Amino acid sequence: MPEGSIWLVVGLGGLVTYLIRLSFIVVIPQERLPATFRRALRFIPPAVLASIVLPELVLRDGALALSPDNHRLLAGLVAALVAWRLRSTWLTIGAGLLALILLSLL
Amino acid sequence: MTASPPHREFLAGVRDQLPLLLGVVPFGLIFGALAISAGVPPLAAQGFSLVIFAGSAQFIAATMVGSGALPGVVVFTILIVNLRHALYSASLAPHLAHLPRRWKLALSWLLTDEAFAMASARYRRGELAQAHWHMLGTGMALWASWQVSTSLGIALGTRLPENLPLDFALPLTFLAILRPTLVDGPSRAAAAAGGLLAVLLGGLPFKLGLVVASLAAVAIGLAVEQLSGRREAEGNA
Repeated sequence: MPEGSIWLVVGLGGLVTYLIRLSFIVVIPQERLPATFRRALRFIPPAVLASIVLPELVLRDGALALSPDNHRLLAGLVAALVAWRLRSTWLTIGAGLLALILLSLL
Repeated sequence: MTASPPHREFLAGVRDQLPLLLGVVPFGLIFGALAISAGVPPLAAQGFSLVIFAGSAQFIAATMVGSGALPGVVVFTILIVNLRHALYSASLAPHLAHLPRRWKLALSWLLTDEAFAMASARYRRGELAQAHWHMLGTGMALWASWQVSTSLGIALGTRLPENLPLDFALPLTFLAILRPTLVDGPSRAAAAAGGLLAVLLGGLPFKLGLVVASLAAVAIGLAVEQLSGRREAEGNA
């Protein structure tokens, strides 16, 4: 791709990304949104975060991997236990990374 | 209760995103190196990080540029990959509604997966008068780290050792932030549905599985809330 076209991709790609990020914060006025929509907003964080996390733990190269060979699943379970009991971001990350490194050394 | 002053919130925002850097910095290094090896000139590779500022979309776009895709197709792909940011925008909009326009423009610019996760954790904690400074701190620290790590990747062509699983820090951080969002039955139902659907739809390209799973999970959360509300009303009758 010629350099001018690459810069076109950068500029337009940046513009569409910014417009998506602006969509509800700036472009669409809050008071125009139906009440059901506003009631739905509180479910976005749990829905999105779980949608990001679970595939990272149980999918390996796009396939379901529910065996003990899947170190990320085991390390994720350790981290989940720490998150649920101790409610600390740092300890959750530390426990998960430590578990993953120890498992890879076994 | 007195709210923290702006500079405290800003610094707390910078501090809270530190664990994310374990995942973000290697990701930026690899992006810089990958863009160069895909034939993107150094300045344009930095341009991706400066202007688009969205890791996954940048990876896919740089790879497509390298394989000679049409510019319009690459831009359309960036749009699809970043659609999920509309969910983040909708989720944070009520918290930012009172702010002056320049704040909305700046915080929207910084709205990545990581900034959204940190902001939704912050807005859950209360004392919100200066909470936008927290999001600014998180967003600016992530943005600066992304620029520096991209530059280093461009300059060094770094290949990180594969056995150092630092990318795992990102899902782990999201897991830690997920915990306090599970406040009742409907929110737990939304999380369970989102996770399971995202696994089932994991094969969809361009992160579409994440978008479809999240939207369906939000609807399921609403439906469970509706049903349990009705049951409670009947119980009280």
